[in-house]
Amino acid sequence: MLSEAWVAMAANRMRTFLTMLGMVIGVGAVIMMLAIGQGVQRKVEDSIASMGSNLFIILSGSTTSGGARMGGGAAPTLTVDDATALRELPELAAVAPAVPGTAQLIYGPNNWSTRIYGTTPDYLTVRDWQIASGASFTSSDVRSATRVALLGQTVVQNLFGGEDPVGKTLRIANSPYVVLGVLAAKGQSLDGRDQDDTVLVPVTTAQRKLFGSQFAGTVRFIMAQAVSANAMPAAETAMTELLHQRHHIREGQDDDFSIRNLTAMANTAAETTQVLSLMLGAIASISLLVGGIGIMNIMLVSVTERTREIGIRMAIGARGQDVLLQFLLEAVMISIMGCFIGVLLGVGGALVVQKITGLGVVVTVLSIVLAFGVAAAVGIFFGWYPARKASRLKPIDALRYQ
Amino acid sequence: MSDAESSTATPIVRIERLYKEYHTEAGAVPVLHGLDVSVMPGEFVAVMGPSGSGKSTFMNILGCLDVATSGNYLLNGRDVNSQSSDELAHLRNQVIGFVFQGFNLLPRANLEDNVALPLVYRGIQRAERSMRAREMLDKVGLGQYAQSRPNQISGGQQQRVAIARALVNHPRLILADEPTGNLDTHTSGEIMALFTELNQRDGITIVLVTHEADIAGYAQRLVRLTDGNIVYDGPVEHAAHHLESTT
Repeated sequence: MLSEAWVAMAANRMRTFLTMLGMVIGVGAVIMMLAIGQGVQRKVEDSIASMGSNLFIILSGSTTSGGARMGGGAAPTLTVDDATALRELPELAAVAPAVPGTAQLIYGPNNWSTRIYGTTPDYLTVRDWQIASGASFTSSDVRSATRVALLGQTVVQNLFGGEDPVGKTLRIANSPYVVLGVLAAKGQSLDGRDQDDTVLVPVTTAQRKLFGSQFAGTVRFIMAQAVSANAMPAAETAMTELLHQRHHIREGQDDDFSIRNLTAMANTAAETTQVLSLMLGAIASISLLVGGIGIMNIMLVSVTERTREIGIRMAIGARGQDVLLQFLLEAVMISIMGCFIGVLLGVGGALVVQKITGLGVVVTVLSIVLAFGVAAAVGIFFGWYPARKASRLKPIDALRYQ
Repeated sequence: MSDAESSTATPIVRIERLYKEYHTEAGAVPVLHGLDVSVMPGEFVAVMGPSGSGKSTFMNILGCLDVATSGNYLLNGRDVNSQSSDELAHLRNQVIGFVFQGFNLLPRANLEDNVALPLVYRGIQRAERSMRAREMLDKVGLGQYAQSRPNQISGGQQQRVAIARALVNHPRLILADEPTGNLDTHTSGEIMALFTELNQRDGITIVLVTHEADIAGYAQRLVRLTDGNIVYDGPVEHAAHHLESTT
């Protein structure tokens, strides 16, 4: 039976090829679109993972203070002490205050401007950030406001070249700082910033020595990590209550801080890309449908053309179901072969896209299995009608057909 | 074999009051007006008649390709009218071997595959199919062309292949519809000699439609149809005036 289908397909190579082409393009497009979509999705997921998990950010300054409204973080209401108090909440695993600023770094003949965060050792826990070499500063560094720094990979590359920076002294805003360690690479953030282009210093050092502040002890924002994803709603309530207490905010009064659930926001972004990726696949699968209709069309022509052959087969003993199976098999074979070539083309195309754009593409086994399944289903679905038509011919009519 | 013994007693084809009409836009057109025919095993019957006499319709019904409007048809003891289309396919496969005027070989398949085709529908394995097809091709003298395609051999050879295909399932009955209609006189003689041999040596029952008197002369019995009625049914040698060619 299989070899007969093969013979029939080989008998009209050009037509078989063109019929197959519909499936090839359809499957190729689906594989490629899914690969690209999943590549984008994975990139977003990686960025989210690099941000840290179960993350809150507490911004100082009310976003809804009456009269002239300030942006978040403008009012100096959060302090290191707030962070220390939050640290005591059982729902939170780690809390890190942050004082950001920009300064010029100098080492030897090189200089580089970068974003500097004054924070505590907890920051590494919150952000899920590893130390690549050296060690982190400690809470005693924070207490005594020592001039020490942790460098991101980009900073190391730009200032030190191939040199090992651990133990070296560099100048930040013209003051000497000892490099205690180098942070592991983290890549791009969700909004495309280079997260490795950064320097961490103790929060007290940043407040008193590096940036100074007219409001001593204040921080721009506090990052907090809940103990688990499930604890996040409880953590948010507990933090709000504690800060209300500490800031003497009564019921009905506007908050002078705002808490944002970064993980929830990131998940929304991830869902968006997932939907996008699905949509790409769905659009591509329309071409699969068109390919299927192409198969049906050709099979109908083939049944008409081979009516006499069907008659001969019936005359010598083929039952309706034998004829049905023969034509169905042909349709499925065309479809599966087209699918096979399509998978090769789709994977190849995805790799070419990766080469050209640098975007990571992800070809999953699932998408290939799915493509084969769909191709077989398309073959059966669109092959069914012509095959049924062939099987229902009356032997005598088919045999007399000219 | 008890089967063979009992079959000598019962006719292989038993037709009673066979009536067939076709439905056209102008109404029902009767083609066969109640025929009564029996064919005993081992007979060689020629069916003659002018165009439109209903001999093709008769053959189609005989071959289970078409069904009668009314009347009885027992093939090999089985009532054909009550069979499902799958059962009819089974009968065509097992009991009957067809030989057509236009050979009706599959152009894309080689001779061996053409001959083996009825075995495919009998669910026989490839190796045995191939063996039996070769055997039949050898029998009709074309064993050396097994891998050729039908368009690479002559018409007479194609008809031999068709006969091999008809024989491959060891049918009780061979139905030949103007098997020499597309062949020259010499080749026709060879094909008819082959039929005669099959009939006399292997005891295969043959019903053959023709409109050529000399072809009908190979048979033992002549059935002559005119306007859907049997006007003669008897030995060929007593039918001189019924034997004139009808083209």
